[in-house]
Formats: sequence, structure tokens, C-alpha cells
Amino acid sequence: MADAAGPSGRDLISALKRAGVRHIAALPDITTSAGLLWPLSEDPDLTLIRLSKEDEGVSICAALSYCDKRAVLLMQQTGLMDSLNNIRAVACENEQPVCMLVGLLGKEPDKAPSESASFGVRIVEPVLDAMEIDHILIEEPNDVAQLPAAIDRAYETSRPMVALIGRRVEP
Amino acid sequence: MQRLACFEKIRDARGGAIVVATYTSAFEWHRVDPDPRNFVSVGAMGQASSHALGFAIGLPEQKIIVLDGDGSLLMNLSTLTTIANAAPKNLVHFVVENGTYEANGGHPTPAQGTADFAGMASAAGYAEAHAYEGLNQFATDLPDLLAAPGPVFAALKVEAGYAPPLNYDYGWLHHADRRREFREAVRPLLSD
Repeated sequence: MADAAGPSGRDLISALKRAGVRHIAALPDITTSAGLLWPLSEDPDLTLIRLSKEDEGVSICAALSYCDKRAVLLMQQTGLMDSLNNIRAVACENEQPVCMLVGLLGKEPDKAPSESASFGVRIVEPVLDAMEIDHILIEEPNDVAQLPAAIDRAYETSRPMVALIGRRVEP
Repeated sequence: MQRLACFEKIRDARGGAIVVATYTSAFEWHRVDPDPRNFVSVGAMGQASSHALGFAIGLPEQKIIVLDGDGSLLMNLSTLTTIANAAPKNLVHFVVENGTYEANGGHPTPAQGTADFAGMASAAGYAEAHAYEGLNQFATDLPDLLAAPGPVFAALKVEAGYAPPLNYDYGWLHHADRRREFREAVRPLLSD
């Protein structure tokens, strides 16, 4: 049986632009690499900030918000885990609109994150819930439509938001 | 050289720059120059330079100065390559180097007496990197450091324990008013 279709990178980039995002802070993640990160790295309307470590991106996105510029942090769930202290401080306690796109490496395409055999995938949503962070799940092409409203919500409420990418992004 | 004396020199040369300071440096800096364009990076140690990079990208016509600590830089050392890659011409990165975790009891950092922070910044790809042990030379070079195309790095080797470590008002430092005041100060700088 063929794998279930993942979201389209072209649609994701279009959704980011519709939400006013022009800056992307990123570390490569294989779930989003070919379909999203490579195309956006070549998009003349977007500025890519290549990170050495994911938690730098939390601060960079927060600082850009003071400059009235919308940004997203693109990373893998391992980077999310590594960045939790800065997310806790800057995004949650300091109430900054840090928006994150997080590829779920190792998640089975036909299972919900909570049902994954991977411990690292299974704990992501409960961790976000414990931190009271708004999150959405983007698995199918139609799920991308949720993204602009979630980004708008983050900036309107000055709170963090995570969009989990549950299947490999198609170019 | 004393941190306070270095900061007085930076205050005198600051112009309208945004200054990002962290922890002990932030307390000292606010004592020297309480200006609404001061941004306090607290809550997660090591993030001052990453905030500064965001400001430098978001406000490319505005000079951004970061007053980092050596312990803070060690906690986010990867920032050096990220800043060098982004190459913001408007960013000046000072690291106040006293070799200790001053606010946490004065314990030595693992870099004390061995690491060369200016060498690290230079090797990472900063446009310029310098180290200063004497105030006179620092004061002489400071206008050029602030005028040069960045990213510019300068390690300021200062005496440890100059400021009293236990009298800091962290409630004031962390308060939402600091962020609100800064946001209001930055608003006039935003282009349409």
C-alpha cells in the first residue's frame, strides 16, 4: 500500500506568506527538508536564518516580533525538546509569539502522534499541553489550511504556537 | 579593568544604539545607562546574542550592541557560527569576561584561563574580533568597533567580583514592564 499523502511544501509556503511570515529560522529536518526547507531557501520573498542550534531560533523569532516582523522556527521534534527551556522562558513566561513548525521524525504516517511506537514522538503533544502551548497537527494536504489562523492567533495573543508536521512534506 | 568602567565608555559612545544585556551585565548596564532602548535578555541563560541577532535582522539600519557574559556565551556557543553566517553589519558583540559565574556564587567557568573567546569568534567568521585587558586601549578603539561593518566581537577581560552578587532585584529584571518599555521605545524605529 502506498504511503498516505503528506502536506504540500508549496501550500505550506503559501500559507506562511498569507500569515505575513517573511523570516524563517531553521535547522534541517528530514520530514520537511526536500518539500519545504529547500524550496523556501530559494524563495526570494523569504529570509532564511540558518541556525546552529534550535533554541537560538526561539530568541531570534521573539526579537523579530518586537520589530513587527513575523517569523517561524522550523525544526525537528528533537530540536523542540532541546529548546524547551528557552520556549518556557521567552515564549511562555515572557509571552512572546514564537511560532514553530516541527517535523515529527519517526512518526508512522497512519498513526496519530499519541499512538506512535516512538517514545520521542508520543510525548510531544503531552509536553506541549503541559506547557499550555497551542498546537495543531498537519498531516494531510487539507490540514495546511489551519496554519495561517494558528499563526494569526499566536501574534494576536502574544503566545507560542507549534504546528506539528506528521508526514513527510511533498515538494 | 572593571566592568563598570567599560560600560561607562560604551554609554558615552552608544549614540542611539539598542543595547541587549543579560543578567549581571544587565544590572550593571541599567545602573550606568537606564535607557528605554535597553533590552533585558533573561529567563534562559545564553540567549542575549540570539535576541540581538533577531533585532539586527529586523532593524538593519539600527546599531545593535550586545553585552554578553562569558558564562552566558558558553551556554550558547553555537551563536557564534549562526551570527557569522547571518553576517549582520549592524551588530557589535561584547563579552564581559571575568572567568566566573558571578551571580551564582563566583564559581569559575570551565573556560577560565584557557579559552580564547576572540579567537573563537574570529574562527567562526566574525568580521572582526578583539580582546582587551586595558581600559585605555578599549576606550581608544571603541569608536572604530562601533563604526566598523559587523559582526564585530570584543572580549572585555574584567575583574571578577566587582559588583555585589546578592543584591540584585530579579523581580525588576524579569518584569513585563521591561519588555513593554522596550517595545514602546522600538516602535518609532519601525518602517512602514
